[in-house]
Amino acid sequence: MKKFAVVAAMATALLGSTAVHAADVEVIHWWTSGGEQAAVSVFAREFDALGEDKWVDTAIAGGENARAATLQRILGGDAPGAAQFNPGRQYEELISGGMLLDLTPLAESEGWANFIRPASISEACLVDGHWWCVPVNIHSWNWAWASIPAFAKAGVELPTSFDDFLAKAPKLKEAGIIPFAIGGESWQINGAFGVIQTSMLGLADREKILKDKDVELAKSLMPNVFTKFREFKQFADEGSANRNWNDTTNLVVTDQAGIQVMGDWARGEFGVAGKVAGTDYACLALPIDHPTVSTGGDIFLFPKQTDAAVEAAQLKMASMMVNPQVQALFNNAKGSMPIRDDVDMSLADDCMKKGLEIIKDPANIAVDAGRWLSNDTTGQMNDLVAQFWADDSMTVDAAVEQYVNILATAE
Amino acid sequence: MSQFAQSSDAAALASTRPPRRARRKFNVMSILGTTPMILTAVGVFVVCIIFSFIWSFTNSKLFPNFNFVGLDQYYRLWASDRWNISVGNVFVFGIWSMVANMVFGYLLAVFMDQRIQQEDLFRSIFLYPFAMSLVVTGLVWQWMFDPNLGIQSAVRQLGWTDFQFAPLTNQSTAIYGVVLGGVWNGVGVTMAILLAGLRGVDGEIWKAAKIDGIPAWRTYLFIVLPMMKGAILTAFILQCTGVVRVFDIVIAMTQGGPGVSTQMPAIYVIQHITDRVNVGQGMAAASTMLLPVIAVLALQGILQWNARRKKEKAL
Repeated sequence: MKKFAVVAAMATALLGSTAVHAADVEVIHWWTSGGEQAAVSVFAREFDALGEDKWVDTAIAGGENARAATLQRILGGDAPGAAQFNPGRQYEELISGGMLLDLTPLAESEGWANFIRPASISEACLVDGHWWCVPVNIHSWNWAWASIPAFAKAGVELPTSFDDFLAKAPKLKEAGIIPFAIGGESWQINGAFGVIQTSMLGLADREKILKDKDVELAKSLMPNVFTKFREFKQFADEGSANRNWNDTTNLVVTDQAGIQVMGDWARGEFGVAGKVAGTDYACLALPIDHPTVSTGGDIFLFPKQTDAAVEAAQLKMASMMVNPQVQALFNNAKGSMPIRDDVDMSLADDCMKKGLEIIKDPANIAVDAGRWLSNDTTGQMNDLVAQFWADDSMTVDAAVEQYVNILATAE
Repeated sequence: MSQFAQSSDAAALASTRPPRRARRKFNVMSILGTTPMILTAVGVFVVCIIFSFIWSFTNSKLFPNFNFVGLDQYYRLWASDRWNISVGNVFVFGIWSMVANMVFGYLLAVFMDQRIQQEDLFRSIFLYPFAMSLVVTGLVWQWMFDPNLGIQSAVRQLGWTDFQFAPLTNQSTAIYGVVLGGVWNGVGVTMAILLAGLRGVDGEIWKAAKIDGIPAWRTYLFIVLPMMKGAILTAFILQCTGVVRVFDIVIAMTQGGPGVSTQMPAIYVIQHITDRVNVGQGMAAASTMLLPVIAVLALQGILQWNARRKKEKAL
């Protein structure tokens, strides 16, 4: 049905290409899993409903691939109308190179600065007093998704900490359940590593290491993190190599696995499968004794266009994305939290409410590491953590040495 | 139109001149004709390679710049575990897949040479994998090697519950899993080329070998094989190009994992100039990949020059 809608949209766009004011806005994004598609369809539907302009969907599987395609197309002079990125440093050179549409007039007239919260979300787009992109959601990495039936089958309670989980995991294994579901892609491994790191170090020390690049602190604290992280490996299944995050989530959805440490986009998968929070699955905000929310998420930026009609449509799309009603529908499908407070909360499920409660206190906010680290540095860390996970012969000391080296040379 | 008239004039003129002059005229025309191609080749290959090389000494990020940082990018490259593993992998992948392709390709060709029935059918079956994209090949083999879906689970369901066969899940065996996928894809072509070579060998040789009482396997190995140098060289060169550009099958099968154990240099280059937004580092890796190619070309050039000099001396 959705495919048909896209084809129909493209067909009408082609037929209507002689009309003066209608424009096609091609949107590149990497939302391809079930929950993600449901979410992006909200945007497409709402945008098409605004008038003649059409949302042209270019979904590219995998964030790395989608971002690479966008960057290459902008450099090659064939920029898409809109493109998804993660908030942070991924697009800093597009801003400094003057390749993006300045959204400041629109943002000021609608008062974005007044309702987009917390500040760390708007900072990703508000650079030197100009708005260069639209934050559309807040995604937190600091979650674990647990299958309640799986824990019941093993006869143990839900874990109350990572150590508690490690103590209960053998029971799950005996019951024929994969205790720790993880996909072998490097970003998934490094993501779980980051959550464990945050839980063990606390927000202050984490910030000193990742933001201020405190090498000495990293040398003294990181060995414990790497040692603990390795303990999880024995509880992963052998099929984890090269597995998608959503196939991994599906193991928890179908009660084959105990927990998965994954950002809250996983909630969309439970939603699509018709599972109910609290009875079928539990969302554990991490660390459990003092829950935090990380300020990851997605933003859309709008590369400069030569066609005035497309530019007008781009502004319309930007305005649509922050609309309270659209925010509620979109984020509920996506599993993320809205970027504004005044949305209709009757649509929110228990897990979203839990997250929104945590985010109220700024002390609970773990700034996403992507704000401090360039894609290059994050990539080096992905490589290192994935190698450490896969290669049992790599010592903790060697891993820490490389970790410190990456921090020391980061820009 | 006038150009055409001119050239036919020139041809008419040329035919009245002595042959040496005529040849030179023809050269001018052919140079004129190939100019666009020469410009493209020089522009695309030479100029781009020069720029890649220059940028490898800079700290270019998304936009190439000229802030020179000396050999920093190369130090970082060779200090990186991932790059060193990638370089090792090219050799492991290259040597194993070439040996396997040649051996199995030749065995298949010999099998096809036995005047079997339905030879066309078999040839199509063996050639078919090559018609498939490496991405499809990689994906299918990834499924077959998946411990929960593939060969391992199938055999276990038959009753052998201890059966272990999931090379891609272990970082020390994953590269051989990729080799297997690659060989499945490439062995048919090697077979076809070697079969053509086999058929090209004079039937009289076979008769002579038979009269001398030499067994068939020895004839294949020691008499026929050395006589098909051309076919072997063609198959070999085709495989070399396949190894150097290996990228898609790794992406489809393992994405370079588990960990970084099946990474390849080409993936490193592409990832750094695209998503990781570090053009300088990507270019350093690309320039490094070019070095062995230049070394081989240089060696070949020296050998040819040497041979020509010897020939001239002999004359």
